[in-house]
Amino acid sequence: MEKDLIIALQNISVSFDGQPVLKDLHLSIRNQEFVTLLGPSGCGKTTTLRIIAGFLEPDAGEIFFDGQKINGLPPHKRQVNTIFQRYALFPHLNVWNNVAFGLKLLRIPKVTPAQAVELDELRVADPEKAAQLEARLAKNTRYLTWAEINQRVADMLHKVNLAGFEGRSVSSLSGGQQQRVAIARALAVQPRVLLLDEPLGALDLKLRKDMQVELKNIQQQLGITFIYVTHDQEEALSMSDTIVVMDAGEIQQIGTPKDIYDEPKNAFVADFIGESNILDGVMPDDYLVRFAGVSFACVDKGFAKNERVDVVIRPEDIDIVPPTDGCLRGVVTGVTFKGVHYEFIVDVQGFKWMIQSTDVQAVGDIIGISIKPEEIHIMKKSRYSELVGDYSCFSDEFEALSNPHDADGEEEEAEADE
Amino acid sequence: MKRKRGSLALNAPYLLWCVIFILVPLAMVVYYAFRDRSGNWTLQNFAELVDTPEHLDNLVRVFGISLAYAGAATLICLLLAYPLAYYMAHTKPSTQRNLMMLITVPMWMNFLICTYSWISILGNEHGLLNTLLEQLGLHKLHILNTPGAIILGMVYNYLPFMILPIYSVLAKLEPSLVEAAQDLGATNAEVLRKVTLPLSLPGVAAGVTMVFVPSVSTFYISKKMGGNKTMLIGDWIESMFLQANNYQSGAALSLILMLLVVLSMMIMRRFSDSENGALVVS
Amino acid sequence: MHKKIRIFSPLYAALLLGFLYLPMAVLLLFSFNSSNNLFEFKGFSLHWYAELLRNKAAQTALWHTIVLALSAATASVVIGTIAAVGMDRMRRKWLKSATLSVTNLPMMNPEIVTGISMMLLFVFAAQAFNTKGLFGLEPLGFHTMFLAHTTFCLPYVVLSVSPKLRQIDPHMVEAAQDLGCSPLRAFLRVMLPNIATGIASAFLLALTISLDDFVVSNFVSHSYQTLPIYIYSQTKKRVRPDMYALSTLIFAAIFLLLILSNVLQASAEKRRMPDKKQREKQ
Repeated sequence: MEKDLIIALQNISVSFDGQPVLKDLHLSIRNQEFVTLLGPSGCGKTTTLRIIAGFLEPDAGEIFFDGQKINGLPPHKRQVNTIFQRYALFPHLNVWNNVAFGLKLLRIPKVTPAQAVELDELRVADPEKAAQLEARLAKNTRYLTWAEINQRVADMLHKVNLAGFEGRSVSSLSGGQQQRVAIARALAVQPRVLLLDEPLGALDLKLRKDMQVELKNIQQQLGITFIYVTHDQEEALSMSDTIVVMDAGEIQQIGTPKDIYDEPKNAFVADFIGESNILDGVMPDDYLVRFAGVSFACVDKGFAKNERVDVVIRPEDIDIVPPTDGCLRGVVTGVTFKGVHYEFIVDVQGFKWMIQSTDVQAVGDIIGISIKPEEIHIMKKSRYSELVGDYSCFSDEFEALSNPHDADGEEEEAEADE
Repeated sequence: MKRKRGSLALNAPYLLWCVIFILVPLAMVVYYAFRDRSGNWTLQNFAELVDTPEHLDNLVRVFGISLAYAGAATLICLLLAYPLAYYMAHTKPSTQRNLMMLITVPMWMNFLICTYSWISILGNEHGLLNTLLEQLGLHKLHILNTPGAIILGMVYNYLPFMILPIYSVLAKLEPSLVEAAQDLGATNAEVLRKVTLPLSLPGVAAGVTMVFVPSVSTFYISKKMGGNKTMLIGDWIESMFLQANNYQSGAALSLILMLLVVLSMMIMRRFSDSENGALVVS
Repeated sequence: MHKKIRIFSPLYAALLLGFLYLPMAVLLLFSFNSSNNLFEFKGFSLHWYAELLRNKAAQTALWHTIVLALSAATASVVIGTIAAVGMDRMRRKWLKSATLSVTNLPMMNPEIVTGISMMLLFVFAAQAFNTKGLFGLEPLGFHTMFLAHTTFCLPYVVLSVSPKLRQIDPHMVEAAQDLGCSPLRAFLRVMLPNIATGIASAFLLALTISLDDFVVSNFVSHSYQTLPIYIYSQTKKRVRPDMYALSTLIFAAIFLLLILSNVLQASAEKRRMPDKKQREKQ
């Protein structure tokens, strides 16, 4: 096992009432990493989180924390903490008591000042002996003193900009403030890993953007591992070190945001992350791909001769040129102004492309399309290839409508967990 | 997925309690109803209720009177309670709270002594009401020991149980529903008939149950207000158990009472449901 | 139409309340009567209050009533809360609805049926355990009263605790466990404080139902006489006005308690108001 791994899931399978939710999942998470589990509702991302937190025991598979198997360990004995979707603050306690809740239950090693100095010296001189001493000290524990609790609560509230709110009842706080209390409460006990279950889902757009930045800052400052669950691909792209794209209980791709965006592994990932034109193609040879009836040079190789493939071209990577210059020719059938650029739907031999460009075109214009070799991404065929089509029935409204539904679906998933 | 532990351990004691103190006693009623005194299986306990014309006549009379009185009391309660509940739901919160309190207090008082004090009021010779009427030079009223007195006793005792459920449903009614109806052109009377009334039916149904069931099975009110002249089902059952020591016949009567109550509840539910549907459609 | 309602409604409310309070006014009046005549007020006196102080039987009955109500309410709140929590966690829907229906049976059934079914159970049990064989208990007494009262209070406890449990965010308990609470500790520190109001009102409800119960007690009390049973035995003959004095005292106590709780509630609401305003400002 890799040395700086903090969490490893191996062969994890879960099903609810005979419905498989996670299928033989493998996932390794490095220490201090910001990992995002991204996927549509019902993909198993919340279930994965709950398995790590200990609220759910998998039907099969093993969970490791810091090299130790933790299957069967109840949540209150795990060194991970969770920030829940709707915060789950304790309504009968005020802000101070909410943050102090975990601290009052926390037990820390009893260390005399002399032992502390010894430990510090040993850490530099002989890390192995230091670890032995630490293990010995860990057997003798005590609760935090009132002053220590008070200090830590004050620190945490200061960190989340809620100093002065100690005595307020949590129900009198705004959504964003409640969110901060939840963060302070979870971080106060200094977990090694923080689990966040769509923590920003209930906030409005502006506040959500601010909190994204703030969460990322907190993670970097404290240097702890964040495992973040979301169905919002923008959020995932802007915050994460690593994104785990999930669907139907399986991991579709793991990679950095840039990898995931630029080199999607299959049609699902390409379709879920950002906008993509996904076309049927054939690879007659290395560095050569044929789609839309035309052969293009590309930068991919290693496919079988004449293998059928999916071709992904991002809308912003396509250049609009005069009809005579392009490799492909099409008619503009739809134009939407998006502020920075225009979004065109272009009909090329019956296939509707999406193209983003700052050039002005009108509906009915005939344009040429030019694509650079490095902008053509080739993917192996997968079971998702059949499911993705062109942009013929695309509308912004439709997507906006389907989004809130996503959140509901996630709730159902959480309920099924009970 | 592994089930949550402890669910059984948490539920078992209570389920056991329910079985021993709710289900077994009811089973005992059924058991006694079909046994004779020496413990043999028999239908005699039911047969003896209908075997002679006099017995049959008696049975029909007792059940008929019980149902009629309880039905009348329920209807009067409903007619009295609905306007009050409606008014309560539409006054300012502090008045609502005070009225709630004033209506709850009588529920906390011992109903035996309150019923008994009606005798002082209604007494045929020297009752307070008749003394007052006499002094005003009016005719004395003969109320005590009549069916009217029994129904009055029922109405008096169970009126709060009709007011409170109707009020709680009306108070929770979305004001925007009424506004929406007005916006669509409904007059106040139409709003009441087509929106408020149908939506308050669950409260009415609860109130009707809470008044009808204790009324139809009462045995004290009839005794005191009816002057021991009228026998209701409750009186009959009580005398079977506590005076005649005839558990078998008493159990048979109780079984019939239970079935009767279940039947009336079903009829009422169907009635309120169909009425609900009709009102919404019309 | 609305103007008319505004004038007539308070009048109507006052009339109905007058009807509800008339017997209590009569009780109050005759408790100060100098003679034992229940129809004519002969003159003011505290005679019957003095008489009440000498009435050992009434005092014993009062004491019995209070002891029984406190113990039955406590037991039903403990059992009912555990039952509500257990039912909340039941995953099998049919079992949940079956348990709930059985729980509600004593509430839906006519009281007299609950009473006689309990009586049959206890009499049967006494026979089965060879009369006084079991712990030397009388067939009917405090223990049967306690069991019966606890049983018919249970549905009310479940009914007022269950909604509070449903309101609780299930993640809240998980959050407590996440922060280091064992499941039991999570229940005590997070669950319990959040259903405390439901438990408190359940206790009050159980207390009043038990204090006031006559019908069921009538069948299972025998040697253990509570106040309603004592009053019932009095009304069989002629009620002595010291019972009126007792009722007046109880009435006054209830009234004071309710006014106190109303005032507290109102001031609590007022205290919450500025909080709301503060929130609106932000």
